[in-house]
Amino acid sequence: MNSRERILGRVRRALADVSRDDTPYEQAVARDYAREHGDRSVPETVDLLAENLADYRAIVHRTDAEGLAGLIAGLLEKRGSASVLVPPGLDEGWLASTGVTRVTDRAESTPQELDRVDSVVTACAVAIAETGTIVLDGSPDQGRRRITLVPDHHVCVVRVPGQVVSSVPQGLERLDPARPLTWISGPSATSDIELDRVEGVHGPRTLEVILVGDA
Amino acid sequence: MSGTFVGMPAFPEAAREAVANKTLRGNLRHATHTIRAKRAKAVTEVSDWAELREAGKRIKDHTLRHLDRYLVQLEESVTAAGGVVHWAADATEANEIVSQLVKMTGESEVVKVKSMATQEIRLNEALEAEGIRAYETDLAELIVQLGKDRPSHILVPAIHRNRGEIRDIFSREMSEWGRPAPEGLTDTPAELAEAARLHLREKFLRAKVGISGANFMVAETGTLVVVESEGNGRMCLTLPETLISVVGIEKIVPTWRDLEVFLQTLPRSSTAERMNPYTSTWTGTTDGDGPSTFHLVLLDNGRTDTLADEVGRQALRCIRCSACLNVCPVYERAGGHAYGSVYPGPIGAILSPQLRGTGSEIDASLPYASSLCGACYEVCPVAIDIPEVLVHLRERVVQGGEVTREGNKVVLRPAKGHAAERAAMRAARWAFTHPGALRTGQRAASRTRRFHPRTLPGPGKAWSGTRDLPPVPAEPFRDWWQRTRGGKDGAR
Repeated sequence: MNSRERILGRVRRALADVSRDDTPYEQAVARDYAREHGDRSVPETVDLLAENLADYRAIVHRTDAEGLAGLIAGLLEKRGSASVLVPPGLDEGWLASTGVTRVTDRAESTPQELDRVDSVVTACAVAIAETGTIVLDGSPDQGRRRITLVPDHHVCVVRVPGQVVSSVPQGLERLDPARPLTWISGPSATSDIELDRVEGVHGPRTLEVILVGDA
Repeated sequence: MSGTFVGMPAFPEAAREAVANKTLRGNLRHATHTIRAKRAKAVTEVSDWAELREAGKRIKDHTLRHLDRYLVQLEESVTAAGGVVHWAADATEANEIVSQLVKMTGESEVVKVKSMATQEIRLNEALEAEGIRAYETDLAELIVQLGKDRPSHILVPAIHRNRGEIRDIFSREMSEWGRPAPEGLTDTPAELAEAARLHLREKFLRAKVGISGANFMVAETGTLVVVESEGNGRMCLTLPETLISVVGIEKIVPTWRDLEVFLQTLPRSSTAERMNPYTSTWTGTTDGDGPSTFHLVLLDNGRTDTLADEVGRQALRCIRCSACLNVCPVYERAGGHAYGSVYPGPIGAILSPQLRGTGSEIDASLPYASSLCGACYEVCPVAIDIPEVLVHLRERVVQGGEVTREGNKVVLRPAKGHAAERAAMRAARWAFTHPGALRTGQRAASRTRRFHPRTLPGPGKAWSGTRDLPPVPAEPFRDWWQRTRGGKDGAR
């Protein structure tokens, strides 16, 4: 008997007390918890996102479609970045105002190559206001998971209010589990040394989120 | 479960040592009180906490009650998404599978994201025996590994270490494992974290094999979920070519939607945050993004035996948040190491004796490592009634009875250490039903009270080792009653 059969057999014997017509899944779980917490207008939801992002030490900026390219250029300049990683599907216009060397996200790039890049600019799939979370799903404007991980500076653009939801349940609804997802709430952090919070252990130490008004 | 720390003494003995360690007690007090207060605040932000807790409990209970069905469904969906599923009945088998998989890649080192399951099966030691070096990449796990130490808390495994000790460990040990600590390293947390970043980045960038656990597995979609803060998890999950995840069979949830409950309750219960900095989900493999080979090792190692116990199976609902540790008055004083397992605190006191059985002295003592105050039950985000299981396990230790071990029903004999207790209870029952003998005995005890020792001799010695004997009054109560009130009130 192989281990698969052995384990499944043990499970079945262990569950001898459970009757065959046990309550089905749909009825077993009460979903009487809230779909979202509180009653907010759309602008209030966006404000809450900004507030919660900042609370976990992300740097939040706001602009409109016209101001976006200038803002991104300014952030890269202020950071002193010499190079920026670009996902294949990133809106061309976003980097129109910066002369910083662009590094294309290629499958062949080694982690060492990525490690030499200063910044990365991406879009996101959805942002969750109540928790201050942005979610990336690997779409062409967000690129491979590693490009937002290895460089020390991540600039993420969120289209508001279109990409903003209130809550975790609403966020999950919009996401496709078949894609690899990365949920980001603030920069990398640890509290492992005497519970003192330190930003940036292995992931980017600086997370800048740009909330850009839908055109 | 073969995770017993070798040579570990029973809980009371280990706890005695820990309680005498002032640094440890100070660290633990600071840690547990800080996290406890923050957690309470994070929970009050969520108005529907009670409903989320109930939903989490029911999802997990339902899954456990149909675990065979969900395991098969998970296997199908992981396979369909490009992963390979392996089944491991115990620690030895799991370690063999992982060792073989690593060897097939031709690599001799792996990077690991913190995982309770791989600690439980002592995977690092097993890999080392096969000539494979496993690097722990969570900052706290790194501190534990470099310090040749054991974790003491589920969430903050190196909480027993001060920053000064951490600096010394880094300065002394990092060069043995790779990039040495920077010259003149100070003990500020930021500098220590930077030293860890530099030391580990070298390993992340060259790693070909990553090993992880998982917080959740979704049967419906085959998705695995890892929740973390530092980004070391993301490094291990995305940079290597091969990813091997070792996960306990109880970590399943039926549907994608179920995550909406646990992604709300887990971060708030463990780190007291609205959301942890990073959550990664992956479903099999994705072309051009992340590992091209994914193996899932489903681990039993005592879980099916735990499932067979109708009272004790609720321990399998645990999502390893560690909230129960931070509220436990016993954990706060005794520390994590005294529990002799990778699962310390209240949850460890019910999980370890079920996963490993109550055969060893340490496991038989764990159900007693509690004051039964119930605080652990109050904070548990999946409502595990830890006190109920503790009492149930105490009964099993004292009285023995039928249990399941490695899938077979066996009859457990009463634990030896409790013979004196049972004898005392029998004697008490006899005395209370024989009033004359009781009176005589009480009078004799009172008259000889000056000669009573502070500790008991013989079999009672262990009992009085942790308590002072109650002083016997100068006069038995019944005599006193007769003398002072009996006559006056004209009682019978």
